[in-house]
Amino acid sequence: MTYAADVAALARKDLLLELRAKETLPAMLLFVVAALTVFHFALPRGTGHVAALGLLWIALVFTALLGLTRAFVPEREQGLIDALVLTPADRSAIWLAKTLAVLAFLAVAEVVALPAFAAFFSAVDGRTVAAVALADVGICAVGTLTGAMAVTGRARELLLPLLFLPLAIPVVVGGVGASAGAGGRYLGFLVLYDAIFGLLAWASFEYVVAET
Amino acid sequence: MNVKLPAVAAATTALFAAAIALIFFYAPTDADQGFSQRIFYFHVPIALTSYVAFGWGAWKALVYLRRRADDADLESYVAIHQGVVFGALTLVTGSIWARASWGVWWAWSDDQLVLFLVLFLFYCAYFMLRFSVEPGPARANTCAVYALFGVVLIPVSFLAIRLSRSFIHPVVFTSHGPQMTGSQFFTFCVSFAAMLGLFATLYSVELAGKRIDAHLRDLRELLT
Amino acid sequence: MMLTAHDLSKRFGVKRVFERVELEVARGELVLVTGPNGSGKTTLLRVLAGLAAPTGGELVRPRRGEIGFLGHEPHLYRELTPLENLALFGRLYRVPEHRERSGMLLERFGLWHVRHERVSTFSRGMQQRLALCRVLLHDPGLLLLDEPFNALDADGAALLDRTLAELADRALVLATHDPRRVESLATRRLALA
Repeated sequence: MTYAADVAALARKDLLLELRAKETLPAMLLFVVAALTVFHFALPRGTGHVAALGLLWIALVFTALLGLTRAFVPEREQGLIDALVLTPADRSAIWLAKTLAVLAFLAVAEVVALPAFAAFFSAVDGRTVAAVALADVGICAVGTLTGAMAVTGRARELLLPLLFLPLAIPVVVGGVGASAGAGGRYLGFLVLYDAIFGLLAWASFEYVVAET
Repeated sequence: MNVKLPAVAAATTALFAAAIALIFFYAPTDADQGFSQRIFYFHVPIALTSYVAFGWGAWKALVYLRRRADDADLESYVAIHQGVVFGALTLVTGSIWARASWGVWWAWSDDQLVLFLVLFLFYCAYFMLRFSVEPGPARANTCAVYALFGVVLIPVSFLAIRLSRSFIHPVVFTSHGPQMTGSQFFTFCVSFAAMLGLFATLYSVELAGKRIDAHLRDLRELLT
Repeated sequence: MMLTAHDLSKRFGVKRVFERVELEVARGELVLVTGPNGSGKTTLLRVLAGLAAPTGGELVRPRRGEIGFLGHEPHLYRELTPLENLALFGRLYRVPEHRERSGMLLERFGLWHVRHERVSTFSRGMQQRLALCRVLLHDPGLLLLDEPFNALDADGAALLDRTLAELADRALVLATHDPRRVESLATRRLALA
């Protein structure tokens, strides 16, 4: 039970910080709408529904990337990750809390993005919403871990997309497949991805943030 | 290792000579694809060797995380480095084969090729990560975790690519065993052994070089 | 014995930070780690805290919850208030009644009147005071303090003197480039070159 309490305290702190600073979420919202607008001009007239869905997935992945880049900024500024690592709390709780916070931001961005996509391009069906929800979990789980890796490096903001995008390719495959109407196979694949990489990130985060 | 290296190198040379002889003079010419099919005996063993290298790198990463031995970190890095070299060769030979068989340099419908592109991007990011962090236990930890993600990404990506494609790549290995004649299979095995030998040789040479480098730096530090 | 280090060494690549450090700290002792800038005081304390892995040697230290570590940086969330910062760490350190204890510490270090203001509005000295509150919050048995007098004004430094004297029954390791201030309290010295 202390584990859940630790996660709750840490995640609550991230939401509180965002409420104060209002930096990440507005940027994500603006970015996703701007990206969809750009896509309108990038798509040739008469492009099909499936092509537009592909662009929706690109917009979502890059919006998530924007949030993930900011995820460890408060911890980085003051060496706070050291202070968190020294507490008796399990290190994986730090990862889980951060993942949940980023997931919350991404979900809010999507609450705006999906209706906007429906209005700008074409309707969004239930399967797409389910795929987006499942993909979010995997994206945030893997993204938070790679985000923690990137902040240790010198290149930081530059490094995260390089580390993250190859790992996100299967998510895009599953997401586009599911929303293009190819069925439950793809949703199943997303569940598999979430389970495998969620577990791996949960188990390995400790090594990324702590030497001992 | 200093004793083993010349032996491994000699064996590799012999295997390579045998493999090349077998590929060009022994293996039968493919009925469908003709002479160009012989690149199969390079392309597939190189690709498999690359998997072996990534797998070995991940194994050493796991050893590092368990025992915190600096040696394992270096071995993991060198294995992945060699894996990327073989991965690049896979992309090149696959591209040549695609050109010869289908008339295009790049075929998104070829699972193996697409998977290697994803892995190539992934492991290049591994180097970016490694060279942007100061050497030390923190870097070794982070790189080891990323290397472990790599071996998990291989099957997951493979599944994803399978799910996403249309089918034009010839499938040689199926669940019923290799669809090759005995002579083809023998040639393939010799070629695969030669590639593995090449990997072992290059791995040992690079590892020895990196270790000598480290010793040299230690000595220089002692002198100043 | 709270902390035992035997033949401890740390290198960054080939650069030696410190070597062959022998250290035993029991309750009731204050070990002063001295040395010029760049002699490895900060790195030694980070190794002792468990933030950095030693290159060689043996190290026995208490559980994580038993250690209080004051680092080079104050380790505070700038957009949170002192109370919110302490509430987070109070929970993570499983401090029972951490609210009461936070209030007491804030009062002691003269921060009670700014308890609802953001840390980003604080001067460096006030941040150092709050950092000390965070370190003392879970009442650790072993305290590792890296330049604790940093940025403190005369009042703050006097306050820390008194606090250190009250912590006489704990094990303390204190790193400083200027040992005069705490010399009278120190039971031993470890000089890094």
